[in-house]
Amino acid sequence: MFSFGGGSSLTSVVPDATPAPAAPPGTGTGANAQVLYVFNRGGVCLLYREWHRPLRTLDPTQDQKLMFGLLFSLRSFTAKIDPTTAEKGNLGVPLLPGQGCSFYSFKTNTYKLNFLESPSGIKLILITHPRTGDQRDTLKHIYNLYVEYVVKNPLYAPGTPINRCELFNKHLDQYVKTLI
Amino acid sequence: MPPLTGPKSGDALFGSVERVNAELFTLTYGAIVRQLLTDLEEVEEVNKQLDQMGYNIGTRLVDEFLAKSNVSRCVDFKETADVIAKLGFKMFLGVTATVTNWDAEGTSCSFVLEDNPLVDFVELPDTCQGLQYCNVLSGVIRGALEMVSMKTEVTWVRDMLRGDDAYEMRVKLTKQVPEEYPYKDDD
Repeated sequence: MFSFGGGSSLTSVVPDATPAPAAPPGTGTGANAQVLYVFNRGGVCLLYREWHRPLRTLDPTQDQKLMFGLLFSLRSFTAKIDPTTAEKGNLGVPLLPGQGCSFYSFKTNTYKLNFLESPSGIKLILITHPRTGDQRDTLKHIYNLYVEYVVKNPLYAPGTPINRCELFNKHLDQYVKTLI
Repeated sequence: MPPLTGPKSGDALFGSVERVNAELFTLTYGAIVRQLLTDLEEVEEVNKQLDQMGYNIGTRLVDEFLAKSNVSRCVDFKETADVIAKLGFKMFLGVTATVTNWDAEGTSCSFVLEDNPLVDFVELPDTCQGLQYCNVLSGVIRGALEMVSMKTEVTWVRDMLRGDDAYEMRVKLTKQVPEEYPYKDDD
């Protein structure tokens, strides 16, 4: 019937010429959750939070668009290379929510990107240390925090950045501190 | 890591969400309708306003439903209708709807409610013959489905306040809108 997540987990095969990097500073105090993005279906970045990000190369708007474009393309790519289904269409053809398979993470030698998309088009991206395990329950919990403190906030206008939901920010920070 | 669970049953959902007294909910809704009748005077305007209020509610309610029910796919309209009837109505209203009267293409169906908590204690005076008292429900359905990319038209077929034996809401799927890449003007 229904199952949350599913699909494949992509792992980039990058030669690991150097030893795995040392745990980032502050491991155990939330540093394993390094960056969080939340997008809506229209590509609006509802939330960007950063706890540990040593390198920044783009201005925030370009960075967020690039992230959304990556996920859009990766979702399409994942569905199109699915060996279990015959009707694929062309790469880049827009998909309905839940149509085809999707992915929930990919990993490089320096980080892991964890992904959750709801049928309403809310996309949550959590970037963590590469050795973190399955983060699907974590992202589901953050989605529940979003529902409790943003969606249920009558002063929040849907589709706009989450700027002044103080309870949401507080509970998100508290939760992220528990991730190890 | 235990496996992620599938969607919860309607009863489990109903038991897990915070609840308010049903009579408070019913009477509050009644007060809203009475106030709209006073403010807008025309029953057709009241119907439109109730539908719009329901739409605004539905666009937010859908995220709560998706987050708590573990529903993760909304591609097939038939499956989605079943989920709304069995889980959605139960979660938020404490009643279960029946899905019936599908057309041949599977794009149109009816939700039938034998019991509707919104209308306990309600009687319509003769001056409100055109009023769709529960029009907020049609707006909620339309708003929630639009958030999962299903454009629908919702109309009332049967209404117990008009002497029918049940409530019947006809839902017609007009279009499914796939997600488009949003930054088309970028280089």
